[in-house]
Amino acid sequence: MKQEGRGGVSERILLKGGRVVDPAAGRDEIADVLIEDGVIVSADASRSGASVVDADGLVVAPGLVDLHTHLREPGREDKETVETGCRAAALGGFTAVSPMANTEPVADTAAVIHEVRDLGARAGLCDVFPVGAITRGLGGEEMAELGEMVEAGVRMFSDDGRCLPNARILRNALTYAKAFDGIVIAEHCEDGPLAEGGQMHEGYHSYSLGLAGQPREAEEIVVARDLAVVRLTGGRLHLCHLSSAGSIEIVRRAKAEGLRVTAEVTPHHVVFSDEDLGTYDTNFKVNPPLRTPEDRDALRLALADGTIDAVATDHAPHAVEDKEAEFDQSPPGTIGLETALAAVLTHLVEPGLLPLARAIEAMSTVPARILGAAEHGGPIEPGRPANLVAFDPGAAWVVEPPFASKSRNSAFLGTTLRGRVIHTLYRGDLVVADGKAQR
Amino acid sequence: MEESEIRRAVSRIAHEILERNKGADGIALVGIAARGDDLARRLAAEIQRIEGAAVPVGVLDISFYRDDIGMRAEAPEVHETRVDFDITGRTVVLVDDVLFTGRTIRAALDALVDFGRPTAIQLAVLVDRGHRELPIRADFVGKNVPTRKDDQVRVALKELDGEDAVEVEEPVTASGGGG
Amino acid sequence: MNKHLLSIHDVSAEDVVRVLDTAESFREVGTRVIKKVPALRGRTVVNLFYENSTRTRISFELAAKRLSADVINFTTSGSSVSKGESLKDTALTLQAMGADAIVIRHSSSGSPLTLTKWVKGSVLNAGDGTHEHPTQALLDLYTMRERLGRLEELRVAIIGDVLHSRVARSLSFALVKMGAEVTLVGPPTLIPPDAPAWGVQVSYDIESVLPKLDVCYMLRVQRERQRQQYFPSVREYARLFGLTRTRVSMLPDDALIMHPGPMNRGVEIDSDVADLPNSVIEDQVTNGIAVRMALLYLLLGGTRTDDGEAA
Repeated sequence: MKQEGRGGVSERILLKGGRVVDPAAGRDEIADVLIEDGVIVSADASRSGASVVDADGLVVAPGLVDLHTHLREPGREDKETVETGCRAAALGGFTAVSPMANTEPVADTAAVIHEVRDLGARAGLCDVFPVGAITRGLGGEEMAELGEMVEAGVRMFSDDGRCLPNARILRNALTYAKAFDGIVIAEHCEDGPLAEGGQMHEGYHSYSLGLAGQPREAEEIVVARDLAVVRLTGGRLHLCHLSSAGSIEIVRRAKAEGLRVTAEVTPHHVVFSDEDLGTYDTNFKVNPPLRTPEDRDALRLALADGTIDAVATDHAPHAVEDKEAEFDQSPPGTIGLETALAAVLTHLVEPGLLPLARAIEAMSTVPARILGAAEHGGPIEPGRPANLVAFDPGAAWVVEPPFASKSRNSAFLGTTLRGRVIHTLYRGDLVVADGKAQR
Repeated sequence: MEESEIRRAVSRIAHEILERNKGADGIALVGIAARGDDLARRLAAEIQRIEGAAVPVGVLDISFYRDDIGMRAEAPEVHETRVDFDITGRTVVLVDDVLFTGRTIRAALDALVDFGRPTAIQLAVLVDRGHRELPIRADFVGKNVPTRKDDQVRVALKELDGEDAVEVEEPVTASGGGG
Repeated sequence: MNKHLLSIHDVSAEDVVRVLDTAESFREVGTRVIKKVPALRGRTVVNLFYENSTRTRISFELAAKRLSADVINFTTSGSSVSKGESLKDTALTLQAMGADAIVIRHSSSGSPLTLTKWVKGSVLNAGDGTHEHPTQALLDLYTMRERLGRLEELRVAIIGDVLHSRVARSLSFALVKMGAEVTLVGPPTLIPPDAPAWGVQVSYDIESVLPKLDVCYMLRVQRERQRQQYFPSVREYARLFGLTRTRVSMLPDDALIMHPGPMNRGVEIDSDVADLPNSVIEDQVTNGIAVRMALLYLLLGGTRTDDGEAA
């Protein structure tokens, strides 16, 4: 997409003096980044007329890519729209997002896919790669028209929100998907009957708080099942929002065996645990639930060593009145686009649990590769589209409304995070400047 | 007051009660918890000794009738109430250790009328320290002790405190520890 | 004492003694002709009952009235609550009415804590989901102390569906706090695996536990649980864990038999057992009013600054 500058003159932007951390190129150095017509050009090229964006003290990285988010449109525009979600994403440093298919109507046809993509294009804040449903209406019975959706540009299919009810449907989907290049099936791993009624992780705290719990085996059983089907079919699977140490072990063995599996974890699962539920705060009610500190620590280690490939937000907006209801009546979910980077920086990078380059790799390079989003994730070199983020790693801020998201249900509400996005460039367009959305 | 003074005062009050009511018939003593209780029992023992008559004794905790509930940091601590006899038709002598503002007695009167309808209610106190805030007066007084409003009057009785004494303490002027 | 009573953890061991001692005095009030004291005159106590419970609601209502407070009853069948008004909106309405104390019973665990976010008055938990029922635990402690003279080192068994019982949780925590020895008894499916972390023992064999008890506390077992397959049949449950006449004879002579009510006669407890003299089930009801009066008095009888600290 060629970018027109104002007045038709080709627009030059000089991102000056930032610390360029580019995992795809193995780079970490102070450098200038010169952009012309939305594309990165050599830093030695002419800089005349370039508007200078000062990146001194900032980290410049490839724009973040969110594999897993919920934009709620069509159907629940009261909670979020594609536009407000993209604005939240841009403010969070994302230049691409993958909204899940559990909208109303479900994104199980090319028509809905086109609609969501067009809404994203109109908003012009980041790329929107809609995820298609695996089964019609997310019913778990009949396969949706995957081929038609692939033609509409879909690269990832998921019934997220629901779990595929049996191995046979997954087998069919994985096998059928082999007809198309670069397609990945993503599973929300939750054994329905075992997890049924669970409001939080089943353990000491759920028993003490009087809340029905969901054991980690509810996730592990499906992880094991699905990987066995991957082995059977030779297909490609992505595991959404893992929460349990046991799941990690299964994934590790599968990868060692050579199965084509990738996995993601959310920021809230690597920061919080079931110990945080003592106040019945519904912002900590998420699915899968926050598990024990031991699980959290295992997730952190797995993210560091690559067993977990990527961080994804599972940004899940909900109406205020829904989240203010009694705990067991409240829908699960937390928003996360605006806090994801800062949460990872504050709770993992700063304490030395995760190197900065790995963090950026997990939030940008790897998700871009999983999605096949070639124009994102770096490397930051001439010829590539300027999808970049510049952030101040030490800037402290308190997570409180107003948010760009329409919803307020953040697990990080009221906490102080360090790491603030200052500039976000989407195809060379400065959609976030000085920490403020420009449109 | 010293132990011997207290003893004589109790004895004198017992005599006065009997004199005023022309004997022990129809009298009941109700002590206001906590020290009024012990005093009431001592008076009953005196009356038994003087007149040979056994007078019923009850104890009344007036915490629930106070006019300052909700104004102090904690709800006032509660003691036992036991009035095992019918007060209707009797002359009830309320007994307390110190008469000060009169509010405790007002609360005791309210409590008493919930138990029945006495013929008359009289008041006996060991010490009257003045500074009434309500129109209440004692019928029988052990000793009048003039005090300043912010003085502390400490009454010790053997049954509760191991010794008999009445002391007046001036307020501590140095700043106390924070709480 | 804390401003709210949401959980038995809100009360220290000293506070428990204070509550029980204060309840003594209120029991005496209940023996008078005029069963009323003016202590909470002019205060407003609201009973917000989302679950039907005539027994507990009346207990709280009488407690408040005997303290001369004004009582408002919001129950599921009689107010906007049944029309689906949110808890928050109901709370704001009560707040606007000037409720000094709100007694809430709700089927969602944690809702009393949530309520404290929206109201300035004191909140008393009259039972929230499967979480806690602190006033029941306190009145049970009162009954035990009154009949047996102490709480320390009492040997108490709580028998039945512990998993779904808020009474079991509050009572276990309270007894452990006061130095008693608690054993939970029931089928493994109805006892939380992590229960020993509460400081209690666990047994699946009722007859091995009965001979060494001071208190035998029976929990209600709902037939619903059989439908959810926690045990195969009511018949088998009663046979393995029910308190029958035969089993009662295994108890020491002066052991107490208690039940929070309402009873499922023929399931967890046989009819003729409930009516035995060492069954203090009726006392539990009488003592309930005195203990609830004590709680209302202690919570509302002091001043509070707005953040709940004592002035």
